[in-house]
Amino acid sequence: MKAKLTAFAVTTALVAPAAIAEEMTIVSWGGAYSKSQQLAYHEPYTAKTGITIINDDSSAEAVAKIRAMNEAGNVTWDVVDVVASDAMRLCDEGLAEELDHDAVLAAAPDGTPASEDFGDLIVSDCFVPQIVYSTTFGYRTDMVGDTPPTSVCDIFDLEKYPGKRSLQKRPIDNMEWALYCDGVAKEDIYDVLGTPEGVERGLAKLDTIKDSVVWWTAGAETPQLLADGEVVMGSTFNGRLFSAIAEQNQPIGMLWDMQSFDLDGWIIPAGLSEERKQRALDYLYFATDTQRLADQAKYISYGPARKSSAPLVGKHASLGIDMAPHMPTDPANAGNVHIYDYEWWADNRDDLDAKFQAWLAK
Amino acid sequence: MAALTPISRKPLSLVIPCIAGAGGLLGLFVGTANGSGLLGIVIGAALVSLMGLFFIFVLKNETTAKWISILFVAGLGFLFGGVPGVILGAIFGWLFHWFIYWTYEGRYRARLLPYLTPGQVLWHYTFLFICGAIFVFLITPILVVMPLSFNAQDFFTFTPEMLRLDPEGYSLKHYRDFFTNNEWQRSFKNSLIIAPIATIISVSLGTLAAIGLSQSHVPGRRAIMAILISPMIVPLIISATGMFFFYSQIGNWLEGTLGFNKTFVGYVKVVLAHAVLGIPFVIITVTATLVGFDRSLTRAAANMGANPVTTFFRVQMPLILPGVISGGLFAFITSFDEVVVVLFVGSASQKTLPWQMFTGLREQISPTILAVATILVVISIGLLTVVEMLRRRSERLRGMSPS
Repeated sequence: MKAKLTAFAVTTALVAPAAIAEEMTIVSWGGAYSKSQQLAYHEPYTAKTGITIINDDSSAEAVAKIRAMNEAGNVTWDVVDVVASDAMRLCDEGLAEELDHDAVLAAAPDGTPASEDFGDLIVSDCFVPQIVYSTTFGYRTDMVGDTPPTSVCDIFDLEKYPGKRSLQKRPIDNMEWALYCDGVAKEDIYDVLGTPEGVERGLAKLDTIKDSVVWWTAGAETPQLLADGEVVMGSTFNGRLFSAIAEQNQPIGMLWDMQSFDLDGWIIPAGLSEERKQRALDYLYFATDTQRLADQAKYISYGPARKSSAPLVGKHASLGIDMAPHMPTDPANAGNVHIYDYEWWADNRDDLDAKFQAWLAK
Repeated sequence: MAALTPISRKPLSLVIPCIAGAGGLLGLFVGTANGSGLLGIVIGAALVSLMGLFFIFVLKNETTAKWISILFVAGLGFLFGGVPGVILGAIFGWLFHWFIYWTYEGRYRARLLPYLTPGQVLWHYTFLFICGAIFVFLITPILVVMPLSFNAQDFFTFTPEMLRLDPEGYSLKHYRDFFTNNEWQRSFKNSLIIAPIATIISVSLGTLAAIGLSQSHVPGRRAIMAILISPMIVPLIISATGMFFFYSQIGNWLEGTLGFNKTFVGYVKVVLAHAVLGIPFVIITVTATLVGFDRSLTRAAANMGANPVTTFFRVQMPLILPGVISGGLFAFITSFDEVVVVLFVGSASQKTLPWQMFTGLREQISPTILAVATILVVISIGLLTVVEMLRRRSERLRGMSPS
């Protein structure tokens, strides 16, 4: 009996892999975002090449995992979606492949080379920009009365908007918003934040609402908290709020004031075999051309990174509403934006993270 | 069960505080939900006491009292919570009526031994109450998940439609998502491949180890036992980190030197890692069964000319089978539930169900997770029931009374 079972197990184990076709593992953030990539990039690519794409929603710990994989000499990921600052770190540590953007990416339809089409958004040699997103606020329309918040400083106004608010559990953005609302001019924020007194000042401002803050780590938490009515307002990525508002009809409004722009894009981890690297490059060529980037905007409200894609952004795939007014880059939304300084944060992140965590624990 | 003790009606000085306490307890929950716990206690206690007095002195008819109680509390429930309130109210109405008569008529004494002191009777029911409360705390988190999995929205929220029991608020779309979504199907399939194979390996090796270690002549068997059980004691995250580097090397060797397919090697790594985690459970359960195993049976078998292998399969194995099966169940559940090791050792093509649930919870908070959880709970209950029934059947066949 047991011998038979074992034999059966061994046979199934040996036969199973034969049925699996050529596949590649693409790492991303999960949720509505991965779904938009699935529909705009993965499915057309599989239809074209027959390569199965496996999604791994591990981008949140991409840097640590790529380090460990590299150390163990066992890189299982083919293409990884990371934020710009992570791409810079990975590139500096030699954990991501350096790319010649003009050679490996498609030119714009009018022949403009990729490096010009992406322009300044290529912040690292390893990084292929994909979208511009922003971290911004949503609020419960039924919990703010007749005067919905219009300024980011309303977050700090507990008298006008009592109740909990959710903020991301990290110093980035929160410190800038705190200093801005404490009266620092927008252009001086990073100068002030660079001094120990500036850090104290930012934390002191955050102290005024600390008891009313729910700290989040995953982008999906704020929409859930807003849907439950557990928080009055909260920060998250603008695409998550769009999907809660437009696709799931939640009573949530957008507060675009001082939204914080950031970039997200692809890297190829270092240490792949030549065959896998070529396959990854082939995927990138396909997934970052002008039409494909514009297609993604049909499913989620993030701005495509190519200049040539912007005019092609159309309507939402199933709701049929115009997507342009929901983009963070739309002039109506981008009246007062906060340009997040990668380089400043790359230099100061460890120090501020430590101070912020110490403050949280107090 | 027949009554052990003759019962008699109890004085009001005992009945009123008891039923007031019961009313106050419910009042506490309703009151807290509506703003003031203290007020809730007072109103609840007063209301149920009045009900008790009314039933005892005015009505004197138990059946009528039952219906009045049910309708009255259901009506109160409607005021506070709409349609679901009516259902809860009706249940509590019945419960109050039952409790009032249970105390007043002294029925609580009927099934207890006649010589128990009042203190012992009180402790008996306090003990039952504590047991019930523990049971409720254990089971509620599982039960809450089930209705939420039928949510029509994509959030973990009891929507107003759901609370009104409006069919609009319910949907099977999360179940549909589970059965049509590739990611969920792939991870479900992976779990069904990995868990059984890992279980078979753990059961075979664990049983062999337990039998070997139960022989008195094995040198250093306590030390060997400790080492074999260590995966259960060492924090999982530490084993997982170690396994990550260890199996990476083995994987590279299997792929590079022996030329196996990458996906196949991935499965081998996860299966072996899970088998290691399952072995301690098998060793412990089988060792426990072997304590009651009569060694003279193996000597008798040997005396009759059976070799050790035949003796094992024909004599020893059938007798220790319950231990082997429960060890196997533990090993299966360990592998089926495991998320830390597979996150480290596996790659995305070995993504198991718990992994998918874990990333799902962190990244998208999709109620599909709740649908899957409900399905898994139903499967687990089914599995345990089947195993228990088989065990009883085999005991009956062997002429033992089921325990």
